[in-house]
This record gives sequence, structure tokens and C-alpha cells, in this order.
Amino acid sequence: MIPASWSLLLSAVVFTIGVIGVLVRRNAIVIFMSVELMLNSGNLAFVAFARQLNSLDGQVFVFFVMTVAAAEVAVGLAIIVNLFRLRESVFVDEINLLKG
Amino acid sequence: MREYLPVLVFAAVAVLFAVSTIGVSTIIVPRRSSARKMAPYECGVEPVGDARQRFEIKFYLVAVLFILFDIEAVFLYPWAVAFRQLGLYGLVEMGLFILVLVVGYLYLLFKRAFDWN
Amino acid sequence: MSGVPFLLPVDWWALGAVIALSGGAMALLLLEFLPHGPESNRAALVSLVTLLAAGASVFVVRDSRRALFDGMFVHDGITVFFTFLFCAIGILSVLLSWDYVKRTRINRTEYYALLLSSTLGMVIMAGSNDLITVFLGLELMSLALYVLVGFRRSHLESNEASLKYFLLGAFASGFLLYGIALLYGATGTTNLQKMTAVMSDSPMLENPLFVVGALLLVVGLGFKVSAVPFHMWTPDAYEGAPTSVTAFMSAGAKAAGFAALVRVGLSTLGAVRTDWVPVLSAIAILTMTVGNVTALLQNNVKRMLAYSSIAHAGYVLVAIVAGGRDGASAALFYLAVYSLMNLGAFGILTLLGRGTEERVLVSDLAGLGFRHPGLGIAMTVFMLALGGIPPTAGFMAKVYVFGVALKAGLVPLVIIGVLNSVVSVFYYLRITVAMYMEEPQAEPTHVSWAVPGALAVLAAVALTLWWGVQAHALLDQAQRSVLGGM
Repeated sequence: MIPASWSLLLSAVVFTIGVIGVLVRRNAIVIFMSVELMLNSGNLAFVAFARQLNSLDGQVFVFFVMTVAAAEVAVGLAIIVNLFRLRESVFVDEINLLKG
Repeated sequence: MREYLPVLVFAAVAVLFAVSTIGVSTIIVPRRSSARKMAPYECGVEPVGDARQRFEIKFYLVAVLFILFDIEAVFLYPWAVAFRQLGLYGLVEMGLFILVLVVGYLYLLFKRAFDWN
Repeated sequence: MSGVPFLLPVDWWALGAVIALSGGAMALLLLEFLPHGPESNRAALVSLVTLLAAGASVFVVRDSRRALFDGMFVHDGITVFFTFLFCAIGILSVLLSWDYVKRTRINRTEYYALLLSSTLGMVIMAGSNDLITVFLGLELMSLALYVLVGFRRSHLESNEASLKYFLLGAFASGFLLYGIALLYGATGTTNLQKMTAVMSDSPMLENPLFVVGALLLVVGLGFKVSAVPFHMWTPDAYEGAPTSVTAFMSAGAKAAGFAALVRVGLSTLGAVRTDWVPVLSAIAILTMTVGNVTALLQNNVKRMLAYSSIAHAGYVLVAIVAGGRDGASAALFYLAVYSLMNLGAFGILTLLGRGTEERVLVSDLAGLGFRHPGLGIAMTVFMLALGGIPPTAGFMAKVYVFGVALKAGLVPLVIIGVLNSVVSVFYYLRITVAMYMEEPQAEPTHVSWAVPGALAVLAAVALTLWWGVQAHALLDQAQRSVLGGM
């Protein structure tokens, strides 16, 4: 059986990768993916703690966080796509291509 | 650890099978190479241009809508498992949850988000 | 829950505001598809009714105290106070948006649906007694705001503001969530009451999980209330957003973030208070100073008010550092007054300009005081109030905050706070000076008068002055709310 501390260590590593990703990457999509890494490291920590503490609460929270993350993806990608569309508005055929 | 032994055996057999079939075929197969044979898709459509082209925004919309509605199913499973303990309270709560989703669905429907054209 | 299988153990009235706001938002989504004229403003009307209903349903049960959903949501004094505040902010914002969104061609039903959703998120945050509910409320509020900020879809600035706000906001959510996870690991619960109980049994400060978790929590909430050094998004988001949205978020989102901070401060962090005073004091000093000094350099009124709102977050933090019930009630008082002043000031900006044009530079205000005396007087009142000059409510709010801080022995904080208030008067007066003593360089700014917007500004002026004179009424309310909240 894998000790909970390993999962926690992994979650800390993933969280750090996420934070560094947000700080050093310049592509909005990649930054956004790094943020998702941060959220998922939180999920991993929740599950690890839930197992360590023998309580179900932590696992239920993960569902909520996943839902929130999905909503965030929808909103975030919409914002990025809209900005992309505006920035390229000089090229008419590309506007046609991106019409949603 | 004993209960994991069958898994180990299974994994070993799988690896052995894959390696042996590929290995045997590389050894015994005759090689008569031609330009047409070396094409990525020997019997398909000729690849045209780069695969990293942009595709239509509609795909993105479908993907996002799928994620949003798909993730809600995650709440239905725990509820279904604990359905008897939760009783009417749980049923009404889940009904309200579904109602919110249906409103969102109707909005998308009226907004013609599901029309491909 | 399983004890009462055939009843619905839900307190409908205590949940009235939540039910009304979610119902209203859903109704608006469907309303869009009933036939209506292009100039129809029924969405605004529906949201107004919804917000009034939400406020009224809380009014009915304003004196009752109870915990709902296994203690995840509490209906207590703090919830009631903030629900009223958020409903008021919502109503004023709808009135300000009434003509503004028509004029700037963003008149969409979704705008109001998102406004209501965001208000709902704020109400949930204020009533949360569990860190997970805080997180959900915060996300509901923020996600709606990200979209609202980018609502002028054809404007590059609006989109950029939305993207920056979104990326930094999501970044902060990541910190907040990880902080909550660590606190859960350290204490075995996310319920604030239970967490406090666990901490009183065992000292938590040796536990690195707890220390790091609490720190991440402060970072996450610090982003939302735009405390320095987590304030970078504020000026950009405020400047790029439609002005009516700036008014709404500057008041509502900040108050909601502080509602969560007040709750956490009264319970969990309150139990280990002494160890947080240095950290929060440093943040408060930085927030006040950076906000005010940077505001001095701005020529765009929206941006200037954004930095001013950062500075005001610093004053509220002083009250939170002071801690205890007194600190909390001073913070509540300050937030109510601040929301009014800011809604008023941004509200006047929504009236400026013709069509989709935006006239929000200081030079655009030149000569406005004489051409539109009513507008000039109102703006002057808000500037005086924001600067903390009597007889306005802004003065009383600062007096209470600094008084509480003095009582708690935070003399250096109070000195820095007062010095900052003096500095802030310079840039607030610059706006007044421009209105009364400068001649417009180019074409004078057109004022798009609208009855609902003017009504909202008038209400804000009246309350700013009234609470300046009759401050004790509001302070009593704040104190009683905090007493009932513990």
C-alpha cells in the first residue's frame, strides 16, 4: 500500500509545476493549463487526506472542484477564443473560419 | 501482495505476446519496399498539408458543452448509490439539480447551440 | 438528514435570498426567448424584482439564527447584513446599467442573468460556514464576473481585461483550493466551527500543514479583495470592464471577499490571532500605501478609482487586523459605506459619454460642475466621502476603523492609515478641481441623462450623507450583526 505522504508529495510537486507554469509561460492556453494543474493538485491532496483521515468529505469535495474546473474551462476558453478572434480581425477569411 | 500475482502474470503474458508477434514478423517477413508502400496511409486518402491546421470553432463549442453536461453525471452516481438512505429529500434535491441543468439545456436549445449549420 | 426521510428539512425563508436569486437568474435565461421589442428592458425589471424579493425574504427572518445543510451554510447576523448589502449593491447596479447597457449596445438578457448569478455567489460566500462553500460561492461570483468584464465583446480592452482578470483570478482560486486542502489535512474538517474546536484542543502552529494552508488561504482571498501584492489585475480589469460592471464588482466582489475574511478571522484565524497580526499588518500597510501613491499618477478616472479601491481594501484590512467583534463590526460598517461611495462615483461615470463612447479621463470632467450642477455636487460628495472628509459617511467609517485599531494598540498602522488618507485627498480633489476650475480642452463631455441611473446616484448621495450624520444607526446594525454571528 502506498503511504498517503507519497500522494501528498506528488500533489505538492504538481502544484509547484502549476505555479511555475503560470509565472513563466506566455501562451494564455498554457497558463490556463497550468492553473488546471494547480486545481488538480488540490484534488489529489483532498483525496490523499480523505484516505489518511478515513473521512469521505475530501472525496466529495473533489467532485465539486471538478465541476468548478469544468465551468472555468468553458468560461476561460470562451474568453481566449473571443480575444483571439478580435486580434486577428484584419484577416477577413480567418474571421469566417472562426465564426461560432 | 499475493493477490497481485495474477495481475503480474497477466501483464507478463501480454508483454510477451506483443513482443513475440512483432519480433517474429520483423524477422520472417520479406521486405519489398516502394514509395507507395512507405506513404503514411497506404490505402487511404493522401495526406494534404500540415495536420496542425485550425479547425472550425463549432468543434470547440460541442466539446465545451459536452464537458459541462458530462461532469454533472458525477453527482448522479453517489446519489443513486445512497438513494434509499437519502429518501424523498435526496430525490427532491436531485430534482432541483436536474431542473437547473434543464434550464441551461433549454437555453442552449433556444440559442441554437446544437444546430451544426 | 436520514433522520427525517419524508420531510424536507429545509428552512425556506432562511434560504429565501438564495432561492430568489437562482430562480431569477434561471427565469432570465428563458425569458430571452419570449418575443420582445429591441428596446425592451424587461430583463432589468425582472432582476430588480428578484433582488427586491431576495432582500424582502431576508428581512422576514432577519432575527432568526440557524445552521443549514449540516452547518455548511449559516443564517446569522453576518449573513443577513451582507445579504442586504449585496441586494442593495445589485439594485443600484441594475439601475445604473438600465440605460448604460442600452446605450453601449450590450443590452442582453444574459448580462442581467450573470449579474444575478454573481450576486448569488456573493450571498453564498457571506453565509458560508465551510471552506468548500466559500470556494463554491467565490467561483460562482468570479466566473460570472469574468464574463461580465468582457461583455463589450467587440472592444479589445474589454476582452483583454477579461482575460487578465480570468487568468489571475483562476490562479488565485488554485492557491485558495490548495490552502483549503491543507487545512483539511491539518484539522480533519473544512467546517469553520469544527476547525476552531480542533485548534483549541491542540496547538496548530507547529503543524506546517496548517501554517502553509492558512497562508495560501490568505493569498487566495487577498487576490479577490485586491490587497497588495495580489492587486495586479485590479486596474486593468476595472478600466476595461463596462463601467456599470466596474461599479458592481468594485463594491460587491470586494465586500464578498471581506465577508469570507471576516468569518475566517472571527473563527479559525482568530484562534491563532497573534501570529497573523504581523503578516496581515504588512499587507495592510502595503495595500494602503501602494494604492494611494499609484492613484496619484493616474489620468483615467476609472483607473484612479481602481487604485483608490485597493487603498480602501487596506483600510478594511486594518479593521480585520484589529480583530475581534469590534474589528469585525468596523469592517462591516466600512464595507457598506465604501460600496455606496464607489457605486456612486462609478455610477456618475456611466452617465458620461454619448452612445458607445467612453469619457473617463480627468480632462473629460473639466467644467462639468457648472454645466451639470447636480452631477458636480454628487461627484464632489463621493470624492469627499472617499477621501474621508466630514460630514460624509466616509469620514465616520475611517473614524471607526482607526478607533478600533487604536484600542487594539496598533498605533503604527493608524499613523500610516491617517497619512494615507491625507495623501488620498490630493487625487480625489483633483477630480473636483477639474470639474469646477478647468475649461474643457476639446468638445465638452456629453451627459446621457437617464432616470434610473440618476435615481441610483441620488440614493447613493443621500445615504452617504445620511450615514455621515446618523452613523450610529448603521454601526448599531453592524455590531448587532456581528454579535448574532458568533
